[in-house]
Order: sequence, then C-alpha cells, then structure tokens
Amino acid sequence: MTTENHNKIKIMEVPTVAAMAAAGKKPDIVFWVGCAGSFDERAKKITKAFIKILTQCDVSYAVLGTEESCTGDPAKRSGNEFLFQMQALTNIQVLNAYEVTRIVTACPHCFNTLKNEYPELGGNFEVIHHTQLLEQLLVQGKLVLQGGSYKGKKITYHDPCYLGRANQVYEAPRTLIKKLDAALVEMKNCKSKGLCCGAGGAQMFKEPEKGNKDINILRTEEALETKAEVIAAACPFCNTMLTDGIKNKEKSAEIPVKDIAEIIAEAQDL
Amino acid sequence: MSYLPNVLFGLLLVGAIVFFIKNLNRIRKNILLGRHIDRSDQKSERWKNMARIALGQSKMVRRPIAGILHIIVYVGFLFINIELLEIVLDGLLGTHRIFAPVLGGFYDFLIAAFEWFALGVLLTVIVFWSRRNVLRIQRFWKAEMNGWPKWDADLILYFEIVLMTLFLAMNAADYALQLRGAADYIVAGSFPISKFLVPLFETITTPNLMVLERTFWWMHIVGILGFLNYLYYSKHLHILLAFPNTYFANLKPKGSFANNPMVSKEVKLMLDPNADPYAAPADDTATDFKFGAADVTDLNWVQLLNAYTCTECGRCTSQCPANLTGKKLSPRKIMMDTRDRLTEVGMHLEKSKSPSINDGKQLLGDYITPEELWACTSCNACVEACPVDIDPLSIIMDMRQYLVMEQSAAPAALNNMMSNIENNGAPWPFNNQDRLKWNQN
Ligand code: SF4
Ligand code: SF4
Repeated sequence: MTTENHNKIKIMEVPTVAAMAAAGKKPDIVFWVGCAGSFDERAKKITKAFIKILTQCDVSYAVLGTEESCTGDPAKRSGNEFLFQMQALTNIQVLNAYEVTRIVTACPHCFNTLKNEYPELGGNFEVIHHTQLLEQLLVQGKLVLQGGSYKGKKITYHDPCYLGRANQVYEAPRTLIKKLDAALVEMKNCKSKGLCCGAGGAQMFKEPEKGNKDINILRTEEALETKAEVIAAACPFCNTMLTDGIKNKEKSAEIPVKDIAEIIAEAQDL
Repeated sequence: MSYLPNVLFGLLLVGAIVFFIKNLNRIRKNILLGRHIDRSDQKSERWKNMARIALGQSKMVRRPIAGILHIIVYVGFLFINIELLEIVLDGLLGTHRIFAPVLGGFYDFLIAAFEWFALGVLLTVIVFWSRRNVLRIQRFWKAEMNGWPKWDADLILYFEIVLMTLFLAMNAADYALQLRGAADYIVAGSFPISKFLVPLFETITTPNLMVLERTFWWMHIVGILGFLNYLYYSKHLHILLAFPNTYFANLKPKGSFANNPMVSKEVKLMLDPNADPYAAPADDTATDFKFGAADVTDLNWVQLLNAYTCTECGRCTSQCPANLTGKKLSPRKIMMDTRDRLTEVGMHLEKSKSPSINDGKQLLGDYITPEELWACTSCNACVEACPVDIDPLSIIMDMRQYLVMEQSAAPAALNNMMSNIENNGAPWPFNNQDRLKWNQN
C-alpha cells in the first residue's frame, strides 16, 4: 500500500485510543472503523482512504482497535434485541471509560446506531458520518479539493438508507462530489426516494427471499441509466451490493463503485 | 302532519350520529388494546406535524398529480360541509335556505363557490376512478387489493359522484322553482353550474318539480349520513384518523428504532457484577409478557392507530425494494392485516364478553408470514412515502423480535451472523484480535 505512494505521508501508523490514553493524551475524535471497515477486503480500502485524508488534514483522531466491537445493528435489525443491547452496553462502557465525546464512522449503520440508539442506553456522543466530517474539513479550509482525475467526470451518488432517509444526511456527500468539479448526475430515485441497495436490515448476511430480481440489481440498473462513469457510495455495504451488481452487468472494467472517501483520496493523489 | 318531515329528519340525524359514535368507540377500544407508548411529549412539534401533514397535505403532493387531485377533493369536501350545516338546520326547523336572508349577497357567493367545488370534486373523482380502472395504475392492483379493498376504493368514488350529482340536481330543481316563482322557494343563491341543468326540468309541472326537489334534497342528506357511517367499514376513515395519526407519529429520526426496556433491565443485570440474580423481578415482568409482537395486542396503540388510518393508497408498497423485486412483502398489506386482525379481535371480545382473546388465531402466521417479515431491508422507504405518517417498519421489526427472541426462528444464515457477533464481536467469523489488521498488507 505505502510502496505505491512512496513519497507520501506515512499513513499506516494508526493511533489507538488506548495508546494515546497511556501517553496521557486524548484524540479530538474517535474513528469508529466498524466490522466491514475492519474485516471486509473491499471496505478495508475505504478505511485506508479515509485514514489518509484524516492524516493529511491533521485531524487528531484515534481508533479503538481490538477494543471495538460490533455496534449490534445487524442483531437489532434481525430481531435480537438482547444481543444488540449486550453489544451496545459493552461498547458504551469502553467509550465512556475513555471519555469519548466525538465519533466519526464511515459506516451509516454504525453511525445510526451510535447516534440514535446508544443515548438511551447511556452512550451520549456527538456522532458524525465521514462525509459530514469531510465536509466540515472542507469548510474549515483544512481539506482543499481539486478535481484531479475526477474533474468533469459523471458521478452518480447512491444514498445509503441509514444516512439519507434514516438521518436526513443528503447534502454532505453531494457537496463533496460537486467540489471535485465532477458532474453529479442523479438517479431517478434519489435522496428521500432513494432505492435501497438491498443490504440493510441484516439482509447482507442472508439470502434474499424468493422474488423475481435481486434488489442490488434493480438499483444497479438505475445507476447505469444515468450513464455515469463512476458510482459513488457512502456505505461499505452499499458498496458491496453495487459492486456485485456491476459485476453482474459485466461493467466492472468501465464503471467503478467507489466510496466518497476513496474518490477524494484519489483526487488528492494520496 | 306538517311536522312529520322535521321529526323524521331529527330521528334520522340522531340515529346516524349515535350509530357512528358507537362505531368510533369500538375503534377507540380496539386501539387501546395496544401496549402503552408515551407520545405526550413535544406537543408543539406534534401540532405542527399535524398541521403540515394532515391539514396541509404536505406529503400528499410529493406525487404532484395525485396530490393536487386529492387536494381538490379534500378542500371541496371541507367547504361543501359548510352547506351541510344549513341543510341540517333546514331539516330540523322546517325552513328553506335559512342562511339566505341572514347572509344576503354573501350567500349567493357561497352557493356559487359550493357549486364550483362540487363540479371540481365530481371531475376529480372521475379522474381518480379512471386512474384505478382505466389506467390501472399498478399500486392499485397488487394482490392485497383483491376483493373488498378494491370494492371499497371504487365505492367511495361512486358515493362521491352520487352525492355531488345530487347536490347539483337539488340546486338545479330549486333554481328552476325560483325562476317559476314557486311558493316557499325564496329567490336566493347563485347557481353557476346547476343552471345548465334547469332546461332538463322544462316539461315537469311545478308540483312535480317540488316533489323532485324534495327527493333530491332528502337523497342528498340521507346519502351523506350513510357515507358518514360507511367510514367505519372503510379505508375512508383516514379523513378523520389522519389527524390524530400525524399528531402521535414518531418524531425521532427514522433510523432510531425503539430499545426494548425489558431487555435493558435484563442486560444491565447481566453486566452488573453487583447485581443480585435472585432479586425479585420487577412488577411489570407480568407472566404473559413476551418480547416482540405475535398478535395485535403485542403492538403499541400508535401502531394500531396507524392500522386504522391506512388509506390503502399503496405509496409505501410502490417504493418498497422488496416488493419491487417480487418478494411477498408489501408494507400496505402489513397495515391492512393488522387492521383486519384487530377488527377480528375486537369483534371476538365483544361477542365472547371475556377479556381473553383466545380465538386460536394471531397476526403472525395467520395473517403475516415470516417470509414477508424477513424480506424487509428496514430501508424506511415505506415510512417516508406514507402520506399520513404510518410506520409499517416498526411492526415488521416487532414481529421479527418475537420470531427471534421467543421462537428462535431466524433464518439459519442470520443465526450464524448472530453467533459470530456473540463469539467474536463481528457478524463474520474473524478474530477480534485482528481488528486492526486492515492496517497491514
Ligand atoms: S422498510 Fe421494509 S417494508 Fe418498508 S419499504 Fe423498506 S423493505 Fe419495504
Ligand atoms: S401505510 Fe401509508 S402509504 Fe401505505 S397504503 Fe397505508 S396510507 Fe398508503
């Protein structure tokens, strides 16, 4: 990874909250990597891209590393409230022990759960999605976006349900794309009417019920209708679903599915 | 003898209202069979929500064509109801156009406005009918609409066509009589629409025309009272319940699913090293308590109010990714099933006169199948689409909770996922110690 960017900042030293605490320090913000971002091969790349941007923008952050555990979102959406709350309380204990106040995550499911479902259980943090942090950095002038390789490219953006409808975050990712001087093209179902990728509600972890089509294929078709050259996602699960969809349509070579963080990192040549 | 019509009218009116209130009470009772949920907070936010969504129809116009058409009928309906006040007073007091002398010139304006509204409603309703039956818009023809729901939707439209036609016919006959200077027909009102019907009555003698005018008048008011009482049996109930339903709707972000407080208690106990495992359970650990929902009485009262409010418009289903890809799940059906089961439970309770609802049936299994429930992606498209703020997703999630926590009946793949979370803190079988390994390669 670092070898291909030999002259770039060393990005692979990722501070952990524990190590910082041992040194008597506290990060401004904790990066909640999430299970997909930690273990899924495709999503790991998103994590790395985001870390590169954080490092470049000099953000004081840290990850929990092995002290992080599933937020419990897929358990709750499957109906296992017990397992969800076990996970939640364990995570809250860890976060509270480190006196964490701000959390950023690249996964809308973690984002939603931490932000909306943890407070009642004793976990009160300011939780933001990585596209929101990137937008903040942009406003603060810490992140300077130039089109780079994305200048003039047609990009369509897929709204993750748990970012869009669930939490009304529609504009942050779009602002970022527009700042790259890319041409944002909308799908026929977008924003509050955005069509699901098919992964939510724990569908990611099971076979779909009997039907006449897979949801990710339907959504991929809508994306292809826009004639976009790049499909932008903001969720590791949407990313997987759409990547599979594009593969199914045999368009992998022409139309990449990328997270907003990856697009920005690439445009910055990080 | 001359008081007979007034008495008859009074009896009819009282009878219709009593019958209607009786049925409304049934609904109230059924809704209160639901579990407690507190929606007494944020009053001003709630009023605003109601004003915006129910009164202001803000979510209706997200589909501009249907939305604007609906507003024509809705506004027309509201305004023409002002005329109803006069009709009722006339009926009770034996007067004719009682407001005319009081309102003078303004009365003419009002009657003219009502006529325009009546025409607007009439034409719109015909468009609605064509959308259902000529254009056959898909969402009106899904499986759950077969039978009564389809009939119901059309019947409402026929009702409205007949009522508006009677209103105009009544005015036309009245106007014709005014022109002839018939006794008892004061010259009042302006009839921009019905005046075109007057020539139809040319050959009818004045006494016969008077009978005809009375007939239209009576049919119109009887029709309205009939329609009022039809509401209880119909999705048209939404014209009333949309208001409380939007008032009591969930105001939290849509992604925020309720945390089950019973579970919180248990989990806290488990994680607390000082907890006394033999401590007496709290009072609310009633013996018949179950996690999640298997029947309507396990749902909360707002979910039950939702079920009665559903207009069966199918906007939810037409946005549902599962339904769009041919899965059995239809959020509209979830709401219709909930309402039908609740009505059944209510009737059973009334008949058996016992507080138990053991009729050998329940919502889960007899109405809604696990296959439907497991097809949901929890995407909230249905909730977002609903013009009256109904939340089918919360019912789906409560029923999943029952399936998993009471019956351990999750699909095998989900059980795997959950045991992974339990064992290694991730939905996949990775060692938690490797969490930072993304860092290397
Ligand atoms: S939340 Fe479930 S029922 Fe509602 S639209 Fe999405 S998949 Fe369909
Ligand atoms: S739940 Fe709402 S959107 Fe769905 S059919 Fe009923 S009223 Fe229409």
